[in-house]
Amino acid sequence: MRLRMTLAAALAVTLAGCGSGTDTTTKSGKITISYAIWEKNDQASTQKIIGAFQKQHPDVTVKLEITPWDQYWIKLQTAATGGAAPDVFWMNSLNVRLYAKGGVLAPIENADVSAFPQAIVDGYRYNGKLYGMPRDVGLPVLWYDKELFDKAGVTYPTADWTWDDLRAAAKKLTDPAKKQYGLLAPMWDQGGFYPTIVQAGGHVISADGKRSGFDEPGSIRGLEFWTDMINKDKVAPPAQATTDTDPVQLFMTGKYGMYYGGSWLATAFKANTERGDKVDVAPLPKGPAQEAVILLGLANAVSAKSEHPVESAQFATFLSSEEAEKILSDTGGASVSSRAGTQDGWFDAFPNYHLKEAFDASIPHGVPYPVSLNTAKWQDVQNKLLAEAWAGKRPTADAAREIAAQMNEILAKE
Amino acid sequence: MLLTEERAAAKAAARPGRRPRRDWLWGYGLIAPMALGLAVFYLWPIVQTLYLSFTESGVFGGQTWVGLDNFAALFGDEEMLGALRNTLLYSVLVLIGVPLAIVIAALLNVPGLRGLGFFRTLYFLPVVTMPAAVGLTWRYLYNGDFGLINYLLGEIGIDGPYWASDPEFAIYAIAVVGIWSSLGYNAVLFLAGLQGIPKHYYEAAAIDGAGRTRQFFRITLPLLTPTTFFVMVITLINALQVFDLVYLMIDTKSPAMAGSRTIVYLFYEQGFVQNNRGYAAAIAVVLLVLILALTALQFRLQRRWVHYE
Repeated sequence: MRLRMTLAAALAVTLAGCGSGTDTTTKSGKITISYAIWEKNDQASTQKIIGAFQKQHPDVTVKLEITPWDQYWIKLQTAATGGAAPDVFWMNSLNVRLYAKGGVLAPIENADVSAFPQAIVDGYRYNGKLYGMPRDVGLPVLWYDKELFDKAGVTYPTADWTWDDLRAAAKKLTDPAKKQYGLLAPMWDQGGFYPTIVQAGGHVISADGKRSGFDEPGSIRGLEFWTDMINKDKVAPPAQATTDTDPVQLFMTGKYGMYYGGSWLATAFKANTERGDKVDVAPLPKGPAQEAVILLGLANAVSAKSEHPVESAQFATFLSSEEAEKILSDTGGASVSSRAGTQDGWFDAFPNYHLKEAFDASIPHGVPYPVSLNTAKWQDVQNKLLAEAWAGKRPTADAAREIAAQMNEILAKE
Repeated sequence: MLLTEERAAAKAAARPGRRPRRDWLWGYGLIAPMALGLAVFYLWPIVQTLYLSFTESGVFGGQTWVGLDNFAALFGDEEMLGALRNTLLYSVLVLIGVPLAIVIAALLNVPGLRGLGFFRTLYFLPVVTMPAAVGLTWRYLYNGDFGLINYLLGEIGIDGPYWASDPEFAIYAIAVVGIWSSLGYNAVLFLAGLQGIPKHYYEAAAIDGAGRTRQFFRITLPLLTPTTFFVMVITLINALQVFDLVYLMIDTKSPAMAGSRTIVYLFYEQGFVQNNRGYAAAIAVVLLVLILALTALQFRLQRRWVHYE
């Protein structure tokens, strides 16, 4: 009964959204297409871009729908099952194969994507076709609290930092009496344990997407980087602390020295008048095997069931144009354009943070986000078992081997 | 609206003997809106769920028949066993809240109590509060670093745990909220039960020399058993279906999730996150059977302890 009520509310919203999205052609010949995104910090730039598009296409109205990340995929999937997905919507490389295979997405023909990083574009190809127009790039970076570093007399992180430098600094910044920790270690894949797995010489999934790499020695080392910080060195708060409170909020309390967070947090931190100017960014520290960072870029996909396929494709293509991408970066919201030559406006919007330096140092070492056909399925296994390792209830190597075993079973069925 | 229709339908049905055709056509016409609603929103989904539980479903619709495979997999699923254990533990904990509701109802029934209306409203407030608001507010109260509970404990020198994120405490923390939320509703039911007990029993008992305590145990409690039975049945059914509190209070990546994942939460995970709709439907069917069995058991046992006047 209670589940029904909670979900019914979500579905009611979905249906309302779809209803207005598909009922389109008005008497004057004007049409409406719907555009779904999840990041409210991108609302301002998106509205401006929609304005620019509507100026070029006076007969088209774009209706923006923002659904928070937690509900976005459930809502999209329910709508897609009913054949009523929004006309254009945000897609990530984690889900694109599933949606393309399910016939939800229309392939984008004759698109010029040469101005975008190869690692991101490739994430949206499936069976030789492109299913999303790249839009932005999300980069995990090392956020640090300058005030804590100054007080402890530790020099700020640089692009040359290694794991050892990070650990040494974290130890100096930790003060149990004040409940002050050197590092935040939430269980986070893209900017947390995926990069450290690759940095230690391991891999999450084999290049052909058929086998798990969680039981590789390098992968286990990359995971132990985190669990040791929490449970052995105790320079990071217990896992319970970072699930009780959002790590982003914890970092803003001024009691945590460093945080592996997304570059997109810049807008949220800048808005914090109390502590926003006391933090800065550096590239992720180098691992024992190599320098690596997981690049994640979102794309705009077009629904295969859209009633206005031409206009929807035009809009999706426009979103990746130089004009739109420049507006995106210049607005200084959560996202920065991934189109070459359109990023500076975003860096300039955050003069206090060394974002350009972090991007320049990191992008050459970018590796794609590890995916298979049904990524969410093995990620669920991964998250459930790692939760035990993070909480110190199970040895990390043991949890990693169990993940590999279960993940291989899932991959074999794909 | 519906109520009037129901009443009209009931009257029509109560009329004895055979009636002209036109009369019962009217009757069916009047119950049609209600019956249609039931058929479309209750019966059809039940049939659908049963069907789905024997299938494996594609991510974007489409089913293939797999027979009893889903059920066979369920019985070997450690997560299902864990969810069953968590759900039963939660249900037992919430049932412990029932005697508490009797005590509150008895206190609210004291004649001449000042501010009676105020207290009754106060206890009933959680019932009319949105579950989402309840869950989020308690999540803040339970917060290990910034929550009010740990702040107060800190004042007296106790370092409180992360109530809702610690595997040892989370299910109890949720159960406390479950009891708190249902207390008002149950107390109102008990209050009605208390007021239905004829005064002359107490007068007779007083003449025979029974004190207040003896009256409570010998008259109030036995005559309250029909209400108690009803409250236990409803509370257990609700507790077995708990979802919202887990969804709102426990983070998906929390170390406490394994110890607080309930059956309906598992159903949600399988059906809506993992896209295994057929498997999720099988979970729903098992839960339905479990609820039916436990409720039937309660009806069986009631003969031993429920006294009707």
